[in-house]
Amino acid sequence: MEFRLNGAEVEVEAHPLARLLDVLREECGLTGTKEGCGEGECGACTVLVDGVPVCSCLVPFAQVRGAAVTTIEGLGGDHPLQLAFAELGGAQCGICTPGMVLAALSLGPNPTLEEVRVGLAGNLCRCTGYEAIYRAVMSVPAAP
Amino acid sequence: MRTSISTLSVLHPRSLDHALELLRDEGTLVPLAGCTDVYVGLNFGTLPATRFVDLWGLDELRGIEAADGVLRVGALATHTDLVRSPEVRARLPILRDACREVGGVQIQNRGTLAGNVANGSPAGDTLPVLAVAEATVVLRSADGERRVPFNGFYTGYRATVMRPDELIVAIEIPAVEGGQWFRKVGTRAAQAISKVVMAAVRGPRPRIALGSVGPTVVRLSATEDALASGASIAEAQRVLADEITPIDDVRSTADYRRQVALNLLARWWGEPEPTATGSA
Repeated sequence: MEFRLNGAEVEVEAHPLARLLDVLREECGLTGTKEGCGEGECGACTVLVDGVPVCSCLVPFAQVRGAAVTTIEGLGGDHPLQLAFAELGGAQCGICTPGMVLAALSLGPNPTLEEVRVGLAGNLCRCTGYEAIYRAVMSVPAAP
Repeated sequence: MRTSISTLSVLHPRSLDHALELLRDEGTLVPLAGCTDVYVGLNFGTLPATRFVDLWGLDELRGIEAADGVLRVGALATHTDLVRSPEVRARLPILRDACREVGGVQIQNRGTLAGNVANGSPAGDTLPVLAVAEATVVLRSADGERRVPFNGFYTGYRATVMRPDELIVAIEIPAVEGGQWFRKVGTRAAQAISKVVMAAVRGPRPRIALGSVGPTVVRLSATEDALASGASIAEAQRVLADEITPIDDVRSTADYRRQVALNLLARWWGEPEPTATGSA
């Protein structure tokens, strides 16, 4: 099945009902996407499908046919949001971080604190208490 | 995922008509839309179904339209679509309020209103809104279409009048007269499943519905009658207490739910009109 993965056209063979999460990790070798709860509660497995954050544990592979999927690997490692998370303590154990960064990426430019709180409400973090995450996101004025 | 993926199969219809033919000819198939409920069951190995039909690509089921005073929500309209819809904001702001409190944005981006209806959880956040708005569920099969009043749609816990060969194609919502009110009481605004959820309309005749206080969402007609006939709030609360059957479960207790339901009734009825709808 063909879809776009981090900007490149790819063709991947997998069961149509396999979780997008498993296809990304096991077929595509992209292990930056983490599994947390497996029921859409924690947001750790968040990826972007056509720019929109979704829980990849709840998306059947067949539903991304022809879509553009962005995982944390697609940001390259020196994206301003990634740097801000690292510099401002927005990441501790790191399991929620890829999902947090991708959810933050989907917010428009210059989000208000309230928009950040609502936009990240589906991403749970057990380490930071969220404040450092909000500071990191707010410090990147125009997330591209 | 605890369900063995190799035991599962899925059909991909080309059109709504094709999907209805598959439902008629292929035996029982579970419809897939945003998968935010179905995949929780698959992930935990608790869903017995193994055969599915994927509706997600059927764009003819998307869209939210208003015509002749009726808001028609296509079966694949997501919670995010509803939150962003100017028609919803103008006509039924409590539906917007409810959709904003379903899961987090990831769930809202994928989960659909029709899926919330089909799933039939007594805790479904949007269901009390559809109950007080007196919505209609539009069902279609290869044999044709029928329209079921939302308040007659459920027959018991997660049981509905739908036949296995039918799909929900739309939810239709008539114009609602009077101040609208919605409150969800849960552990946390985002993600948490409600302990009690209430929608109400202060119109020519009061309308009240509660979720998470019985096996299905409930419309409180006796409580409505009491308030319509001028009963005091204390009297109405006594009527309400007899109309609901909350239980103890992992999220709350029957006693807590009953008390919260009584408190919500009093808070709603005590607010000056026109009531706010809870969010900007």
